[in-house]
Amino acid sequence: MITLTWVYILAGVAFAAFALFNLADKSNPRRFGNAAFWGLMAVSMWAGDWLGDFGNGLLVLALVAIAGFGGLGKTKGNEILDVTKQDRASRYGNGLFAIALIIPATALAGTLLFKEFPAMFDVKQVTLISLALGVLIALGVGYAWLRAAPSLPLSQGRRLMDSVGWAAILPQMLASLGAVFALAGVGDVVGGIVQQAIPEESLLGAVIAFGLGMALFTMIMGNAFAAFPVMIAAIGMPLLIKQYNGDPAIICAIGMLAGFCGTLMTPMAANFNLVPAALLELKDENAVVKTQIATAVPLLVVNIALIYFLAFR
Amino acid sequence: MWVLLGIAVIVIGFMLRFNPLLVIMTSAAVTGITAGFDVHAIISAFGKAFNDARYVSIVWIVLPVIGMLEAFGLQERARGLISNLRGATTGRLLAGYLLLRQATAALGLTSIAGHPQTVRPLVAPMAEAAAEKQAGSLTEDEREEVKAYSAATDNVGLFFGEDIFLAIGSILLMKGLLEQYGIILEPFELSVWAIPTAIAAFLIHGFRLWRLDRRLSSKSGAEPDGGEAT
Repeated sequence: MITLTWVYILAGVAFAAFALFNLADKSNPRRFGNAAFWGLMAVSMWAGDWLGDFGNGLLVLALVAIAGFGGLGKTKGNEILDVTKQDRASRYGNGLFAIALIIPATALAGTLLFKEFPAMFDVKQVTLISLALGVLIALGVGYAWLRAAPSLPLSQGRRLMDSVGWAAILPQMLASLGAVFALAGVGDVVGGIVQQAIPEESLLGAVIAFGLGMALFTMIMGNAFAAFPVMIAAIGMPLLIKQYNGDPAIICAIGMLAGFCGTLMTPMAANFNLVPAALLELKDENAVVKTQIATAVPLLVVNIALIYFLAFR
Repeated sequence: MWVLLGIAVIVIGFMLRFNPLLVIMTSAAVTGITAGFDVHAIISAFGKAFNDARYVSIVWIVLPVIGMLEAFGLQERARGLISNLRGATTGRLLAGYLLLRQATAALGLTSIAGHPQTVRPLVAPMAEAAAEKQAGSLTEDEREEVKAYSAATDNVGLFFGEDIFLAIGSILLMKGLLEQYGIILEPFELSVWAIPTAIAAFLIHGFRLWRLDRRLSSKSGAEPDGGEAT
């Protein structure tokens, strides 16, 4: 059966290749740091399930030590000339889009199709499995039609990976921090504080505290999933649902979306806010967050109003 | 109460712009120690969660394909396509992408687009090319703004589309949590209430994209609807 393990093996191959290309690149003064960083990511993908919890923890410490103390650099060579790209773009034309769209198209088709074959595919992971398959097909077409040099995808992929740098593992790091917070009971403490801060006998006050609390706590934790159980336990369940007889479906569904407004406004949601800034090579790493604030704030107000007007009819 | 020190570490660390990886590790250590765990337990908890979250990093396998296509001029082609398209503006392009992203996410197809897959190779260069056409020429800051809007539009589309889908993680989380309180709801009863916010998100973000268009077009003195006036 094809499971996520296969995809992890493939991802490990990619990270190992990024490491080897860095190792051979004398134009990067910190090439050993880069090689070690992506090499450890390859180890995590390949052997994460055998390392044990403590072993994985040590691996993370090593990653943080390399990246946190300036161990990562960037290559100086390897850029394709703009003239070459222009020239190739006019030669291959819109067919380039066709190859780029192979990945989403395969992800879409695979997600729908592979679910019908539960004996062959892990049905819970069909999208990620299809994504990996799409990558392989796109590479195959690229080799066959564009006649790309065998090493080109990995050497260029390596350049992009290095431009993302340590931000690539931020999402995984923040998920892990969330686990430590949960273990330490941070949510319960925050919930207790929030409960004391709510004005008594005011439905509007409670709804505002719920919506704002979802957004603020999401901003601190970096994702709404961590904030949701805390705010439901502190305000949603005892006040909005039990005391004021609110509709639980509306309070939960829109409350979660109030949390998503918080996700738009925090660097802690690294994969949505910091990683794209790195990928697009923006000068200000917080540029995406800053752009999103003016959408998130009015939308948060709308969400709070929706709960207030829809849930208590 | 002391476990909140970990949150303080995060907030202060990010504000003082220390390396986020170090800030996160310090926060985990502070939180764990104030909660009374030993170092071995903290490292193990962190390592286990890191390993469980590996699927988040799978998306990087698309980089070799993107790298290959960019070497063959994908971004240049994306720019060329937009500059030949009459009436294409940054705002219209991004609003179209917003709608597409919301609609596909609402069908559960959250991973078919994203920052590495679509924003960097296609959406951002197209938006940039449209902006160049509208404004005549772009300053460095305007270029950054258009790119940041491209990424922001992907996020808004994803966040306020995905909860309409029945089997997305957040809907299942709500269902599971409510069951613990003895309230049994079908996923559909929850996901239908994501629709009003989805519409509001499109209107609010769409309005901002329209204003972005006006700003870009007014620079060259052209009408807001782009190339047609010139």
